[in-house]
Amino acid sequence: MFKSNERKPFIDDKDLVQVTNHGALRYPHRLNFYDRPPLYDVTLEEFETCALDRLRILAEIESSAARNRSWEELKTVTNAQCLKYLPLHATSAKTVDRDAERRKDHLGHFVLRLAFCRSEDLRRRFVKAETTLFKIRYDGDDHVEREMFLSSRDFDWIPVDTAEKAEHRKELLASYQGSKIETVREQTFEAEKYYKVKWTRVPDLVEKRKVFLKRGWAYVPGKEQSSIVFAEFEANLTKALEATARALPRLDEDTRIVPILDNLSQGFLAGVPSEWIGSAEHATGDEIKAEMVDELAKKHFPLCMWTLHNSLRRDHHLKHFGRLNYGLFLKVLGLSIDEAIAFWRKSFDRMTDDKFNKEHKYNIRHSFGLEGKRANYAAKSCMQLLTSGPSEAGCPYRHYSPENLQTALLSAYSSRGLTSADLPEIMATVKAAHYHVACTRVFEMTHSTFGLKKGEGVGGGESVTHPNQYAAKSMEFYKAQQDNAEAMVVE
Amino acid sequence: MAVAEAVDTSPEVMLTFYRRLYPFKSIFNWLNHEHAPTRLFTHREFAFTLQGDVYLRYQCFRTAEELKKQVCQLNPTRFEIGPVYSFRPKDKKTAPPGAFNPVQRELVFDIDMTDYDPVRTCCSGADICRRCWAFISAAVQVLHVSIREQFGYEHLLWVYSGRRGIHLWISDKEAMELTDDQRKALVSWMTVIQGSPESSKKLNVRLNNRSLPPSLQTALEHLATIFSELVLADQNVFESQQGFESLLQQIPDLNVVKALRETWSEDPSRSSEAKWADLKSQARAYAKGSTQRINLTSAMEDIILHHTYPRIDAEVSKHRNHLLKAPFCVHPKTGRVCVPVDPERIEEFDPEKVPTVNQLLKELDSVARSEGEIGEHHSDWERTSLKPYIDMLDKHALRLMEQVRRDKRGRDVSW
Ligand SMILES: [Zn+2]
Repeated sequence: MFKSNERKPFIDDKDLVQVTNHGALRYPHRLNFYDRPPLYDVTLEEFETCALDRLRILAEIESSAARNRSWEELKTVTNAQCLKYLPLHATSAKTVDRDAERRKDHLGHFVLRLAFCRSEDLRRRFVKAETTLFKIRYDGDDHVEREMFLSSRDFDWIPVDTAEKAEHRKELLASYQGSKIETVREQTFEAEKYYKVKWTRVPDLVEKRKVFLKRGWAYVPGKEQSSIVFAEFEANLTKALEATARALPRLDEDTRIVPILDNLSQGFLAGVPSEWIGSAEHATGDEIKAEMVDELAKKHFPLCMWTLHNSLRRDHHLKHFGRLNYGLFLKVLGLSIDEAIAFWRKSFDRMTDDKFNKEHKYNIRHSFGLEGKRANYAAKSCMQLLTSGPSEAGCPYRHYSPENLQTALLSAYSSRGLTSADLPEIMATVKAAHYHVACTRVFEMTHSTFGLKKGEGVGGGESVTHPNQYAAKSMEFYKAQQDNAEAMVVE
Repeated sequence: MAVAEAVDTSPEVMLTFYRRLYPFKSIFNWLNHEHAPTRLFTHREFAFTLQGDVYLRYQCFRTAEELKKQVCQLNPTRFEIGPVYSFRPKDKKTAPPGAFNPVQRELVFDIDMTDYDPVRTCCSGADICRRCWAFISAAVQVLHVSIREQFGYEHLLWVYSGRRGIHLWISDKEAMELTDDQRKALVSWMTVIQGSPESSKKLNVRLNNRSLPPSLQTALEHLATIFSELVLADQNVFESQQGFESLLQQIPDLNVVKALRETWSEDPSRSSEAKWADLKSQARAYAKGSTQRINLTSAMEDIILHHTYPRIDAEVSKHRNHLLKAPFCVHPKTGRVCVPVDPERIEEFDPEKVPTVNQLLKELDSVARSEGEIGEHHSDWERTSLKPYIDMLDKHALRLMEQVRRDKRGRDVSW
């Protein structure tokens, strides 16, 4: 696919100048069947960001199924996410760089193909999520532009001519779904164009008896054309992924790409993108002091961080992975280096100053990038916590026994309104291995006093993907309410 | 059922049947579509039910001879045919994880008399007679036409199930390759009556303008005749109070129901035909084109479909990996052989005339005695009443093999 024989497909080439087209678009259509792979050079960074941004959307689509969203809800949530991470404007939006948007869409899709072709389960889930994304875009596409897109591609449907339509008029009219008013139904039928395809290409229409069948051919009315398009998209992508899977070993020689692909597919398995990028945009702005952490933990922490805080208070100590995960979480939450040292010093209150300074101070400074490699370490995402071992202070929804999980949930959140009546729903979701969905549901339940409803996630339908996102979103709700209360007093 | 001679399906009887009569070569040709073994045969699952109800799955064979050898060795009470897998079923455990999958399979249907219990009066449960077989024969006629006309499949083999039902095997290449989703869609298209024998219900199949889909309209024209001959005249389904009450339940017009109940309660001996005529005249009392008349007519059409439309066991058809008893097996209770049935002459078919394994062995004996021969014959079956049935399968397999040859030649030319 990536014609890598002659040249490396993805090369860091800073000199490559994007030619700006003033007239014709390089991508004439907003919709894309991804028949052709991207045959241009991209930077490794672009390779990764395009894929990550698309992955957020696909993960949200996937979790929508687990959260039983209606088609309309799914469309609203996905469109909002797309606008944020992967905008795709109509051709008529002349002020937007449509080619850049479409290039990103094109590239992201193909990078994810590489990441998700590698097992039957990944392929199936990827095809499902991509087909849903395509349907949502198809649904929202401008009608004229959609027609142009459809005529740009050979869908291998045979137009039924007037004579043939007349020959089967009785049967076609009988199976034509339309207005309840018979004369109106007949009128729209007369104007309807028909296409013929092998019945196996439109099983959903056959199942619902929405077509006329004759000797293996389904006569599909124009308004059901989308069924053919979607089935074709799905079938095409399934076949392409299998072909990619067979061709993939050739790509393994590029050692820079393989780890990125691994990371991406792992993220999808866990139902979340690999990083929660955006802690900055969600930061509440107020500095957090060491002595505030107890209160914050009670009000705003996800279960994973709450349990770490709880065992720190109970044991006056935390094991290695616990210290690491919780320390990075607190750093991103907004603890400065000085406050962090203060916090840990107070927490390890059964330890001598000497031992603390020798063994722990360095590590804390190190995690802030002030020692050693001077890397600014990111806090662990849900994906990382989900895929870590059970002894590594990972995700309690995944690693705890059902009994322990229920006990932990009640002790963490009963002060926030969670009751044992809420547990069966959460446990069912956990049993289905939708851990981030369970966590998201707990967020919804414990923030219902802010008017948050089921299905709204951490706001706007977004799912939990990162402990810091969880905490930041929770703090935002709290702050918004306080601001409101303040405004009421002031005015 | 008439009490015939005692049924003996003991291991000895079965072994002789397999060794001397079972048409392994014909079965091979039919499953394999070609003379030389292909994956259609070598990657095919066979499952054996051994004496004592031990079930042996994922058996596979390279040739008809190999199959015969194993059958004679294990001497099963019956065996079933499953899908063609991506690997030889024997190698299921050594195939890479997730790679062992069904890839091809005849499209199969199963129609069983027990699903007709609510609408037949002559027998119930496992029993079957010439009279209620008419329900099966109506189902065969409708399905045979629908499958061919609507889905375009040509290679249909109907097989008597040995007791009270019938199987359909469709071997067209396109049918063999259907996915489970596609099979499910096809079955939904074909299904009108759903549910268990106790609570069969007719689905709402009407389109939004209240008319029947064209495919069912065609079937209805044929079934209306069956309905009056079979349901009204022969089975007299609405004669009893229970019978006519269930009829009244399907009539949406309360005034009509009230009037009919009065008439019928006063004259309990009224025949089903007379009752149906009463219902008809009630409909005619409404003006042509009136809503009441249209509703009543629709209800009557639905009643005809409910009593005569094929009752399909959907689960059998929906999954590629469903196992179905092989043709020419012997039903252990009746001793009858699961013989192919000619759909064009389905009305003449009498399940009680189907040869039993004991009868066939007797025929073999008498042939041997009259010819003064001892020992086995390669084509022993030719001297028994099994011959016409094996000829039927051979002819069917031959058509299939010709089709495959034609398709291959067509492909060569296009290259
Ligand atoms: Zn009977």
